[in-house]
Amino acid sequence: MKIYADNAATTKMSKRAIDAMLPFMGTLYGNASSLHTDGQRAAEALLSARERIAGRLGCEPSEIIFTSGGSEADTQALMSAAALGERHNKKHIISTTFEHHAILHTLEALEKRGFEVTLLPVGESGIVSVEQVEAAIRPDTCLVTIMYANNEIGTIQPVADIGRLCREKGVLFHTDSVQAVGHLAIDVKEQCIDMLSLSAHKFHGPKGIGALYVRKGIQPVSVIYGGGQERGKRAGTENIPAIMAMAEALDEICENMEEKAARLSEMRDRLIRGLNRIPHGVLNGDALRRLPGNVSFCFEGVEGEALLLYLDDKGISASSGSACTSGSLDPSHVLLALGRPHEIAHGSLRLSLGEEITREEVDYMIDTVTEVVEKLRSMSPVWRDLQSGNRAYMTEA
Amino acid sequence: MALYSEKVMDHFRNPRNIGCMEEADGIGEAGNMKCGDIMKIYLKIENDIIEDVKFETFGCASAIASSSMATELIKGKPVAQALELTNQAVAEALEGLPPVKMHCSVLAEEAIKLAILDYYKKNDIPYAKEQFPDCENCSHCSHHGH
Repeated sequence: MKIYADNAATTKMSKRAIDAMLPFMGTLYGNASSLHTDGQRAAEALLSARERIAGRLGCEPSEIIFTSGGSEADTQALMSAAALGERHNKKHIISTTFEHHAILHTLEALEKRGFEVTLLPVGESGIVSVEQVEAAIRPDTCLVTIMYANNEIGTIQPVADIGRLCREKGVLFHTDSVQAVGHLAIDVKEQCIDMLSLSAHKFHGPKGIGALYVRKGIQPVSVIYGGGQERGKRAGTENIPAIMAMAEALDEICENMEEKAARLSEMRDRLIRGLNRIPHGVLNGDALRRLPGNVSFCFEGVEGEALLLYLDDKGISASSGSACTSGSLDPSHVLLALGRPHEIAHGSLRLSLGEEITREEVDYMIDTVTEVVEKLRSMSPVWRDLQSGNRAYMTEA
Repeated sequence: MALYSEKVMDHFRNPRNIGCMEEADGIGEAGNMKCGDIMKIYLKIENDIIEDVKFETFGCASAIASSSMATELIKGKPVAQALELTNQAVAEALEGLPPVKMHCSVLAEEAIKLAILDYYKKNDIPYAKEQFPDCENCSHCSHHGH
Protein backbone atom coordinates (compact mmCIF):
# COMPACT_ATOMS: atom_id res chain seq x y z
CA MET A 1 0.00 0.00 0.00
CA LYS A 2 1.21 3.51 -0.76
CA ILE A 3 -0.16 6.29 1.45
CA TYR A 4 0.89 9.90 1.29
CA ALA A 5 0.25 11.20 4.82
CA ASP A 6 2.28 14.38 4.68
CA ASN A 7 -0.32 16.81 3.37
CA ALA A 8 0.69 19.46 5.89
CA ALA A 9 4.06 19.59 4.10
CA THR A 10 2.54 19.79 0.66
CA THR A 11 -0.32 18.33 -1.35
CA LYS A 12 -0.72 16.75 -4.73
CA MET A 13 -2.04 19.18 -7.34
CA SER A 14 -5.62 18.47 -8.29
CA LYS A 15 -6.47 17.71 -11.90
CA ARG A 16 -8.72 20.74 -12.03
CA ALA A 17 -5.85 22.95 -10.84
CA ILE A 18 -3.48 21.53 -13.45
CA ASP A 19 -6.07 21.96 -16.18
CA ALA A 20 -6.65 25.55 -15.10
CA MET A 21 -2.95 26.23 -15.31
CA LEU A 22 -2.07 24.77 -18.71
CA PRO A 23 -3.76 27.26 -21.10
CA PHE A 24 -1.82 30.08 -19.45
CA MET A 25 1.46 28.34 -20.18
CA GLY A 26 0.52 27.45 -23.75
CA THR A 27 -1.74 29.76 -25.71
CA LEU A 28 -2.57 32.48 -23.18
CA TYR A 29 0.94 33.40 -22.15
CA GLY A 30 0.63 37.19 -22.30
CA ASN A 31 2.01 39.56 -19.69
CA ALA A 32 -0.84 41.17 -17.79
CA SER A 33 0.94 44.52 -17.99
CA SER A 34 0.99 44.54 -21.81
CA LEU A 35 -1.53 46.64 -23.71
CA HIS A 36 -2.06 44.29 -26.66
CA THR A 37 -4.82 41.71 -26.79
CA ASP A 38 -2.61 38.89 -25.48
CA GLY A 39 -1.71 41.00 -22.47
CA GLN A 40 -5.26 42.11 -21.83
CA ARG A 41 -6.51 38.54 -21.87
CA ALA A 42 -3.98 37.73 -19.21
CA ALA A 43 -5.07 40.79 -17.24
CA GLU A 44 -8.70 39.68 -17.43
CA ALA A 45 -7.80 36.21 -16.22
CA LEU A 46 -5.79 37.70 -13.37
CA LEU A 47 -8.75 39.84 -12.32
CA SER A 48 -11.12 36.88 -12.41
CA ALA A 49 -8.77 34.80 -10.25
CA ARG A 50 -8.45 37.67 -7.81
CA GLU A 51 -12.24 37.95 -7.58
CA ARG A 52 -12.67 34.23 -7.00
CA ILE A 53 -10.06 34.11 -4.26
CA ALA A 54 -11.43 37.26 -2.61
CA GLY A 55 -14.88 35.68 -2.68
CA ARG A 56 -13.63 32.66 -0.79
CA LEU A 57 -12.12 34.83 1.94
CA GLY A 58 -14.97 37.32 2.15
CA CYS A 59 -12.91 40.32 1.09
CA GLU A 60 -12.62 42.70 -1.87
CA PRO A 61 -10.45 41.75 -4.88
CA SER A 62 -8.41 44.90 -4.30
CA GLU A 63 -7.48 43.57 -0.86
CA ILE A 64 -5.55 40.60 -2.31
CA ILE A 65 -1.82 40.74 -3.07
CA PHE A 66 -0.38 37.74 -4.89
CA THR A 67 2.94 36.55 -3.46
CA SER A 68 5.39 33.72 -4.04
CA GLY A 69 3.87 31.79 -1.15
CA GLY A 70 3.18 31.75 2.57
CA SER A 71 6.60 32.86 3.74
CA GLU A 72 6.59 35.96 1.57
CA ALA A 73 3.02 36.80 2.61
CA ASP A 74 3.97 36.45 6.30
CA THR A 75 7.07 38.58 5.84
CA GLN A 76 5.14 41.31 4.01
CA ALA A 77 2.37 41.33 6.63
CA LEU A 78 4.80 41.74 9.50
CA MET A 79 6.94 44.30 7.74
CA SER A 80 3.83 46.31 6.85
CA ALA A 81 2.53 46.31 10.42
CA ALA A 82 5.99 47.21 11.69
CA ALA A 83 6.28 50.17 9.29
CA LEU A 84 2.90 51.47 10.48
CA GLY A 85 3.87 50.88 14.11
CA GLU A 86 7.14 52.74 13.73
CA ARG A 87 5.29 55.74 12.37
CA HIS A 88 3.20 55.94 15.55
CA ASN A 89 6.05 54.93 17.84
CA LYS A 90 4.35 51.64 18.62
CA LYS A 91 6.99 48.97 18.57
CA HIS A 92 5.53 46.01 20.43
CA ILE A 93 4.32 42.84 18.71
CA ILE A 94 2.45 39.88 20.21
CA SER A 95 2.71 36.36 18.81
CA THR A 96 3.04 32.79 20.08
CA THR A 97 5.96 30.46 20.74
CA PHE A 98 4.81 27.92 18.18
CA GLU A 99 4.39 30.00 15.04
CA HIS A 100 5.93 28.95 11.74
CA HIS A 101 9.52 30.09 11.24
CA ALA A 102 8.30 32.51 8.54
CA ILE A 103 6.80 34.45 11.46
CA LEU A 104 9.38 33.74 14.18
CA HIS A 105 12.38 34.59 12.04
CA THR A 106 10.76 37.79 10.73
CA LEU A 107 10.04 38.76 14.34
CA GLU A 108 13.71 38.17 15.16
CA ALA A 109 14.66 40.52 12.34
CA LEU A 110 12.24 43.12 13.71
CA GLU A 111 13.71 42.75 17.20
CA LYS A 112 17.04 43.75 15.74
CA ARG A 113 15.28 46.84 14.38
CA GLY A 114 14.21 47.78 17.91
CA PHE A 115 10.86 46.03 18.21
CA GLU A 116 9.87 44.25 21.38
CA VAL A 117 8.19 40.88 20.88
CA THR A 118 6.00 38.99 23.35
CA LEU A 119 5.62 35.30 22.50
CA LEU A 120 2.66 33.81 24.32
CA PRO A 121 2.99 30.25 25.63
CA VAL A 122 0.48 27.77 24.24
CA GLY A 123 0.42 25.11 26.96
CA GLU A 124 -0.22 21.43 26.50
CA SER A 125 -3.43 21.96 24.53
CA GLY A 126 -1.56 23.88 21.83
CA ILE A 127 -4.18 26.63 21.94
CA VAL A 128 -3.64 30.21 23.01
CA SER A 129 -6.50 31.94 24.82
CA VAL A 130 -8.01 35.31 24.01
CA GLU A 131 -7.42 36.26 27.66
CA GLN A 132 -3.68 35.71 27.21
CA VAL A 133 -3.72 38.02 24.22
CA GLU A 134 -5.74 40.64 26.07
CA ALA A 135 -3.35 40.59 29.03
CA ALA A 136 -0.36 41.07 26.72
CA ILE A 137 -1.72 44.05 24.76
CA ARG A 138 0.02 47.31 25.71
CA PRO A 139 -0.51 50.91 24.58
CA ASP A 140 2.48 50.49 22.25
CA THR A 141 1.34 47.19 20.69
CA CYS A 142 1.14 47.58 16.92
CA LEU A 143 0.39 43.98 15.90
CA VAL A 144 -0.94 40.65 17.07
CA THR A 145 0.08 37.81 14.76
CA ILE A 146 -1.25 34.37 15.62
CA MET A 147 -1.54 31.40 13.29
CA TYR A 148 -4.99 30.06 12.41
CA ALA A 149 -3.93 26.41 12.77
CA ASN A 150 -0.56 25.00 13.71
CA ASN A 151 1.40 23.23 11.00
CA GLU A 152 2.80 20.44 13.17
CA ILE A 153 0.07 19.61 15.64
CA GLY A 154 -2.92 21.07 13.80
CA THR A 155 -4.47 22.88 16.76
CA ILE A 156 -6.92 25.64 15.85
CA GLN A 157 -6.65 29.03 17.50
CA PRO A 158 -9.66 31.19 18.51
CA VAL A 159 -9.04 33.53 15.61
CA ALA A 160 -12.42 35.29 15.53
CA ASP A 161 -12.28 36.08 19.27
CA ILE A 162 -8.73 37.38 18.98
CA GLY A 163 -9.78 39.40 15.91
CA ARG A 164 -12.66 41.05 17.75
CA LEU A 165 -10.44 41.82 20.73
CA CYS A 166 -7.80 43.41 18.51
CA ARG A 167 -10.41 45.45 16.62
CA GLU A 168 -11.76 46.71 19.96
CA LYS A 169 -8.27 47.64 21.17
CA GLY A 170 -7.26 49.24 17.89
CA VAL A 171 -4.42 46.77 17.28
CA LEU A 172 -3.75 45.17 13.88
CA PHE A 173 -4.36 41.44 13.67
CA HIS A 174 -2.58 39.15 11.20
CA THR A 175 -3.10 35.41 10.97
CA ASP A 176 -0.84 32.94 9.17
CA SER A 177 -3.59 30.75 7.69
CA VAL A 178 -1.42 28.60 5.48
CA GLN A 179 -2.69 25.39 7.11
CA ALA A 180 -6.27 26.56 7.51
CA VAL A 181 -7.32 27.93 4.12
CA GLY A 182 -9.45 25.41 2.27
CA HIS A 183 -9.85 23.27 5.37
CA LEU A 184 -11.62 25.62 7.79
CA ALA A 185 -14.29 28.26 7.17
CA ILE A 186 -12.81 31.72 6.78
CA ASP A 187 -14.52 35.09 6.55
CA VAL A 188 -12.07 37.89 7.17
CA LYS A 189 -14.78 40.51 7.75
CA GLU A 190 -16.74 38.47 10.24
CA GLN A 191 -13.59 37.27 11.99
CA CYS A 192 -12.12 40.79 12.17
CA ILE A 193 -8.91 39.71 10.42
CA ASP A 194 -6.78 42.61 9.15
CA MET A 195 -4.19 40.53 7.30
CA LEU A 196 -4.10 36.87 6.32
CA SER A 197 -1.48 34.71 4.59
CA LEU A 198 -2.19 31.69 2.43
CA SER A 199 -0.27 29.28 0.24
CA ALA A 200 -1.68 27.33 -2.71
CA HIS A 201 0.31 24.13 -2.39
CA LYS A 202 -1.35 23.31 0.93
CA PHE A 203 -4.72 22.91 -0.80
CA HIS A 204 -3.81 21.06 -4.01
CA GLY A 205 -2.60 24.12 -5.88
CA PRO A 206 0.92 24.67 -7.21
CA LYS A 207 4.02 25.51 -5.20
CA GLY A 208 5.52 28.99 -5.38
CA ILE A 209 2.26 30.91 -5.24
CA GLY A 210 0.32 32.39 -2.36
CA ALA A 211 -1.52 35.51 -1.34
CA LEU A 212 -1.73 38.12 1.36
CA TYR A 213 -5.05 39.70 2.23
CA VAL A 214 -4.61 43.23 3.55
CA ARG A 215 -7.71 45.07 4.74
CA LYS A 216 -8.51 48.28 2.88
CA GLY A 217 -7.06 51.23 4.76
CA ILE A 218 -3.88 49.42 5.81
CA GLN A 219 -0.89 50.47 3.76
CA PRO A 220 1.24 47.44 2.88
CA VAL A 221 4.97 47.90 2.27
CA SER A 222 6.81 46.14 -0.54
CA VAL A 223 9.33 43.48 0.32
CA ILE A 224 10.26 43.02 -3.35
CA TYR A 225 11.25 46.09 -5.35
CA GLY A 226 10.70 46.56 -9.05
CA GLY A 227 7.75 47.29 -11.29
CA GLY A 228 4.30 48.46 -10.31
CA GLN A 229 2.46 45.14 -10.35
CA GLU A 230 -0.12 44.42 -7.64
CA ARG A 231 -0.86 48.15 -7.38
CA GLY A 232 2.75 48.78 -6.50
CA LYS A 233 2.68 46.44 -3.52
CA ARG A 234 4.51 43.47 -5.02
CA ALA A 235 6.85 43.84 -7.95
CA GLY A 236 7.40 41.13 -10.54
CA THR A 237 5.38 39.84 -13.50
CA GLU A 238 2.37 38.00 -12.12
CA ASN A 239 2.64 34.21 -12.22
CA ILE A 240 -0.66 33.83 -13.99
CA PRO A 241 -0.54 30.05 -14.61
CA ALA A 242 0.01 29.48 -10.90
CA ILE A 243 -2.54 32.11 -9.88
CA MET A 244 -5.19 30.52 -12.12
CA ALA A 245 -4.42 27.11 -10.65
CA MET A 246 -4.58 28.52 -7.11
CA ALA A 247 -8.01 30.05 -7.76
CA GLU A 248 -9.27 26.77 -9.18
CA ALA A 249 -7.80 24.69 -6.35
CA LEU A 250 -9.35 26.99 -3.77
CA ASP A 251 -12.76 26.83 -5.42
CA GLU A 252 -12.54 23.06 -5.60
CA ILE A 253 -11.50 22.52 -1.99
CA CYS A 254 -14.09 24.96 -0.67
CA GLU A 255 -16.93 23.10 -2.40
CA ASN A 256 -18.76 21.03 0.25
CA MET A 257 -16.05 21.94 2.73
CA GLU A 258 -18.14 21.00 5.75
CA GLU A 259 -18.96 17.53 4.44
CA LYS A 260 -15.35 16.88 3.51
CA ALA A 261 -14.15 18.10 6.90
CA ALA A 262 -16.66 15.89 8.70
CA ARG A 263 -15.52 12.81 6.79
CA LEU A 264 -11.85 13.61 7.24
CA SER A 265 -12.32 14.27 10.96
CA GLU A 266 -13.89 10.84 11.28
CA MET A 267 -10.79 9.27 9.66
CA ARG A 268 -8.53 11.36 11.87
CA ASP A 269 -10.35 10.27 15.01
CA ARG A 270 -10.22 6.62 13.94
CA LEU A 271 -6.45 6.95 13.46
CA ILE A 272 -6.07 8.69 16.83
CA ARG A 273 -8.07 5.96 18.57
CA GLY A 274 -5.93 3.29 16.92
CA LEU A 275 -2.62 4.92 17.78
CA ASN A 276 -3.79 5.60 21.33
CA ARG A 277 -3.71 1.84 21.82
CA ILE A 278 0.09 1.91 21.56
CA PRO A 279 1.31 2.08 25.16
CA HIS A 280 3.31 5.11 26.26
CA GLY A 281 2.38 7.30 23.35
CA VAL A 282 0.69 10.66 23.60
CA LEU A 283 -1.35 12.78 21.19
CA ASN A 284 0.11 16.24 20.70
CA GLY A 285 -2.38 19.05 21.16
CA ASP A 286 -6.11 19.21 21.76
CA ALA A 287 -7.93 16.13 20.45
CA LEU A 288 -10.90 17.99 18.93
CA ARG A 289 -9.89 21.56 18.19
CA ARG A 290 -7.47 20.46 15.49
CA LEU A 291 -7.36 20.37 11.71
CA PRO A 292 -9.54 17.61 10.26
CA GLY A 293 -6.53 15.80 8.77
CA ASN A 294 -3.88 16.26 11.47
CA VAL A 295 -2.64 13.47 13.74
CA SER A 296 0.50 14.09 15.78
CA PHE A 297 1.88 11.69 18.36
CA CYS A 298 4.99 11.21 20.48
CA PHE A 299 6.07 7.68 21.34
CA GLU A 300 8.46 7.02 24.20
CA GLY A 301 11.62 5.03 23.60
CA VAL A 302 11.81 5.55 19.82
CA GLU A 303 13.38 8.17 17.61
CA GLY A 304 11.32 9.94 14.95
CA GLU A 305 13.63 9.77 11.96
CA ALA A 306 14.08 6.01 12.24
CA LEU A 307 10.32 5.71 12.67
CA LEU A 308 9.51 7.63 9.53
CA LEU A 309 12.15 5.87 7.40
CA TYR A 310 10.75 2.47 8.40
CA LEU A 311 7.26 3.79 7.59
CA ASP A 312 8.59 4.98 4.22
CA ASP A 313 9.74 1.41 3.54
CA LYS A 314 6.17 0.29 4.23
CA GLY A 315 4.75 2.83 1.79
CA ILE A 316 3.72 5.53 4.27
CA SER A 317 5.02 9.08 3.78
CA ALA A 318 4.99 10.86 7.15
CA SER A 319 7.02 13.48 9.00
CA SER A 320 8.61 13.97 12.38
CA GLY A 321 9.75 16.87 14.52
CA SER A 322 12.74 15.02 15.95
CA ALA A 323 16.12 16.77 16.11
CA CYS A 324 17.52 14.29 13.62
CA THR A 325 15.01 15.37 11.00
CA SER A 326 15.36 19.09 11.68
CA GLY A 327 19.13 19.17 11.30
CA SER A 328 19.47 20.98 14.61
CA LEU A 329 20.34 20.00 18.13
CA ASP A 330 16.81 20.45 19.39
CA PRO A 331 13.59 18.77 18.43
CA SER A 332 10.78 20.89 16.98
CA HIS A 333 10.08 24.19 18.73
CA VAL A 334 6.38 23.38 18.48
CA LEU A 335 6.67 20.22 20.59
CA LEU A 336 8.91 21.99 23.09
CA ALA A 337 6.32 24.82 23.23
CA LEU A 338 3.73 22.23 24.30
CA GLY A 339 6.02 21.37 27.20
CA ARG A 340 7.14 18.03 25.79
CA PRO A 341 10.55 17.13 27.21
CA HIS A 342 13.32 16.42 24.68
CA GLU A 343 13.14 12.72 25.55
CA ILE A 344 9.58 12.49 24.21
CA ALA A 345 9.78 15.12 21.49
CA HIS A 346 12.45 13.05 19.71
CA GLY A 347 9.85 10.33 19.18
CA SER A 348 7.34 12.45 17.31
CA LEU A 349 5.31 11.46 14.28
CA ARG A 350 2.95 13.59 12.20
CA LEU A 351 0.45 12.00 9.85
CA SER A 352 -1.47 14.63 7.87
CA LEU A 353 -4.24 13.03 5.89
CA GLY A 354 -5.56 13.94 2.47
CA GLU A 355 -9.26 14.21 1.65
CA GLU A 356 -9.23 10.92 -0.24
CA ILE A 357 -7.97 8.78 2.64
CA THR A 358 -9.93 5.57 3.14
CA ARG A 359 -10.80 3.56 6.21
CA GLU A 360 -8.60 0.69 4.95
CA GLU A 361 -5.66 3.05 4.63
CA VAL A 362 -6.23 4.36 8.15
CA ASP A 363 -6.28 0.80 9.48
CA TYR A 364 -3.11 -0.04 7.56
CA MET A 365 -1.42 3.00 9.11
CA ILE A 366 -2.53 1.98 12.62
CA ASP A 367 -1.15 -1.55 12.14
CA THR A 368 2.07 -0.38 10.50
CA VAL A 369 2.88 2.36 13.01
CA THR A 370 2.18 -0.07 15.86
CA GLU A 371 4.49 -2.66 14.30
CA VAL A 372 7.30 -0.18 13.56
CA VAL A 373 7.14 1.36 17.04
CA GLU A 374 7.40 -2.16 18.51
CA LYS A 375 10.34 -2.99 16.25
CA LEU A 376 12.23 0.17 17.21
CA ARG A 377 11.45 -0.35 20.87
CA SER A 378 12.77 -3.90 20.67
CA MET A 379 16.17 -2.51 19.72
CA SER A 380 16.08 0.54 22.01
CA PRO A 381 18.18 0.59 25.19
CA VAL A 382 15.94 3.42 26.38
CA TRP A 383 12.83 1.26 26.09
CA ARG A 384 14.63 -1.55 27.96
CA ASP A 385 15.45 0.90 30.77
CA LEU A 386 11.87 2.14 30.87
CA GLN A 387 10.52 -1.37 31.08
CA SER A 388 12.97 -2.51 33.73
CA GLY A 389 12.27 0.56 35.84
CA ASN A 390 15.76 2.04 35.43
CA ARG A 391 14.17 5.06 33.79
CA ALA A 392 10.83 6.67 34.59
CA TYR A 393 8.04 6.77 32.01
CA MET A 394 6.86 10.24 31.12
CA THR A 395 3.59 9.21 29.52
CA GLU A 396 0.73 6.96 30.49
CA ALA A 397 0.50 3.31 29.52
CA MET B 1 20.28 12.17 -4.17
CA ALA B 2 19.14 9.84 -1.47
CA LEU B 3 19.46 10.90 2.13
CA TYR B 4 21.71 7.95 2.96
CA SER B 5 23.99 5.54 1.11
CA GLU B 6 22.74 2.08 0.17
CA LYS B 7 25.01 0.64 2.83
CA VAL B 8 23.51 2.81 5.58
CA MET B 9 20.00 1.84 4.49
CA ASP B 10 20.96 -1.84 4.40
CA HIS B 11 22.31 -1.76 7.96
CA PHE B 12 19.33 0.32 9.09
CA ARG B 13 16.83 -2.07 7.55
CA ASN B 14 18.67 -5.23 8.56
CA PRO B 15 20.74 -4.39 11.60
CA ARG B 16 23.41 -6.98 12.39
CA ASN B 17 24.06 -8.20 15.95
CA ILE B 18 21.02 -6.56 17.41
CA GLY B 19 19.91 -7.42 20.95
CA CYS B 20 21.23 -7.55 24.46
CA MET B 21 23.50 -10.10 26.13
CA GLU B 22 23.08 -11.83 29.45
CA GLU B 23 26.35 -11.88 31.39
CA ALA B 24 28.32 -9.75 29.00
CA ASP B 25 32.02 -9.32 29.72
CA GLY B 26 31.84 -5.64 28.94
CA ILE B 27 28.99 -3.13 28.48
CA GLY B 28 29.34 0.40 27.14
CA GLU B 29 26.75 3.10 26.65
CA ALA B 30 27.27 6.40 24.82
CA GLY B 31 25.06 9.37 24.00
CA ASN B 32 22.23 10.90 25.92
CA MET B 33 18.48 11.28 25.76
CA LYS B 34 18.48 15.03 25.35
CA CYS B 35 20.24 14.78 21.97
CA GLY B 36 18.21 11.81 20.91
CA ASP B 37 20.83 9.09 20.42
CA ILE B 38 21.88 6.38 22.85
CA MET B 39 23.96 3.34 21.91
CA LYS B 40 24.67 0.35 24.09
CA ILE B 41 27.28 -2.26 23.19
CA TYR B 42 27.62 -5.69 24.83
CA LEU B 43 30.82 -7.72 24.43
CA LYS B 44 31.59 -11.41 24.96
CA ILE B 45 35.37 -11.75 25.24
CA GLU B 46 37.40 -14.96 25.38
CA ASN B 47 41.19 -15.15 25.27
CA ASP B 48 41.34 -11.49 24.40
CA ILE B 49 39.17 -12.03 21.33
CA ILE B 50 35.72 -10.47 20.85
CA GLU B 51 33.78 -13.68 20.43
CA ASP B 52 30.41 -11.99 20.25
CA VAL B 53 28.96 -8.53 20.23
CA LYS B 54 25.43 -7.17 20.49
CA PHE B 55 24.01 -3.68 20.37
CA GLU B 56 20.92 -1.71 21.20
CA THR B 57 20.36 1.78 19.81
CA PHE B 58 17.86 4.53 20.34
CA GLY B 59 18.38 6.98 17.51
CA CYS B 60 18.04 7.81 13.87
CA ALA B 61 18.75 5.58 10.88
CA SER B 62 22.43 6.54 10.77
CA ALA B 63 22.80 5.83 14.49
CA ILE B 64 21.34 2.35 14.04
CA ALA B 65 23.46 1.73 10.93
CA SER B 66 26.63 3.03 12.62
CA SER B 67 26.23 0.71 15.58
CA SER B 68 25.39 -2.22 13.34
CA MET B 69 28.47 -1.62 11.15
CA ALA B 70 30.71 -1.04 14.16
CA THR B 71 29.75 -4.39 15.66
CA GLU B 72 30.54 -6.10 12.37
CA LEU B 73 33.95 -4.44 12.25
CA ILE B 74 35.04 -5.68 15.70
CA LYS B 75 33.43 -9.11 15.80
CA GLY B 76 36.08 -11.86 16.01
CA LYS B 77 38.88 -9.31 16.41
CA PRO B 78 41.39 -9.03 19.25
CA VAL B 79 40.38 -6.48 21.87
CA ALA B 80 43.42 -4.31 21.16
CA GLN B 81 42.37 -4.10 17.51
CA ALA B 82 38.78 -3.19 18.41
CA LEU B 83 40.19 -0.40 20.51
CA GLU B 84 41.79 1.03 17.37
CA LEU B 85 38.45 1.37 15.59
CA THR B 86 37.82 4.97 14.63
CA ASN B 87 34.59 6.71 13.77
CA GLN B 88 36.01 7.47 10.31
CA ALA B 89 36.45 3.76 9.69
CA VAL B 90 32.81 3.18 10.62
CA ALA B 91 31.64 6.02 8.37
CA GLU B 92 33.82 4.81 5.48
CA ALA B 93 32.53 1.26 5.80
CA LEU B 94 29.04 2.72 5.51
CA GLU B 95 30.06 4.47 2.27
CA GLY B 96 29.85 7.81 4.00
CA LEU B 97 27.50 9.65 6.32
CA PRO B 98 26.00 13.11 5.82
CA PRO B 99 28.11 15.72 7.71
CA VAL B 100 25.37 16.35 10.28
CA LYS B 101 25.28 12.61 11.04
CA MET B 102 28.99 12.04 11.59
CA HIS B 103 28.44 12.16 15.34
CA CYS B 104 26.56 8.86 15.03
CA SER B 105 29.81 7.16 14.05
CA VAL B 106 31.54 8.91 16.97
CA LEU B 107 28.97 7.45 19.33
CA ALA B 108 29.61 3.97 17.94
CA GLU B 109 33.34 4.32 18.52
CA GLU B 110 32.75 5.64 22.03
CA ALA B 111 30.29 2.92 22.99
CA ILE B 112 32.74 0.22 21.94
CA LYS B 113 35.60 1.84 23.83
CA LEU B 114 33.45 2.16 26.93
CA ALA B 115 32.47 -1.51 26.69
CA ILE B 116 36.17 -2.48 26.48
CA LEU B 117 36.96 -0.17 29.40
CA ASP B 118 34.24 -1.92 31.38
CA TYR B 119 35.83 -5.27 30.52
CA TYR B 120 39.29 -4.06 31.58
CA LYS B 121 37.94 -2.69 34.85
CA LYS B 122 35.97 -5.84 35.67
CA ASN B 123 39.03 -8.00 35.08
CA ASP B 124 41.60 -5.68 36.66
CA ILE B 125 43.44 -5.39 33.37
CA PRO B 126 45.74 -2.37 33.28
CA TYR B 127 44.91 0.19 30.59
CA ALA B 128 46.02 3.56 29.27
CA LYS B 129 43.44 6.14 30.31
CA GLU B 130 43.94 8.36 27.27
CA GLN B 131 42.72 5.59 24.98
CA PHE B 132 39.18 6.08 26.27
CA PRO B 133 36.61 8.85 26.04
CA ASP B 134 36.48 11.06 29.10
CA CYS B 135 33.00 10.35 30.32
CA GLU B 136 33.43 12.19 33.58
CA ASN B 137 33.52 15.43 31.63
CA CYS B 138 31.38 14.53 28.69
CA SER B 139 30.10 17.45 26.71
CA HIS B 140 28.72 15.26 23.99
CA CYS B 141 25.74 17.38 23.09
CA SER B 142 27.61 20.63 22.78
CA HIS B 143 30.29 19.38 20.43
CA HIS B 144 28.79 16.68 18.28
CA GLY B 145 27.32 19.26 15.96
CA HIS B 146 23.91 17.83 15.18
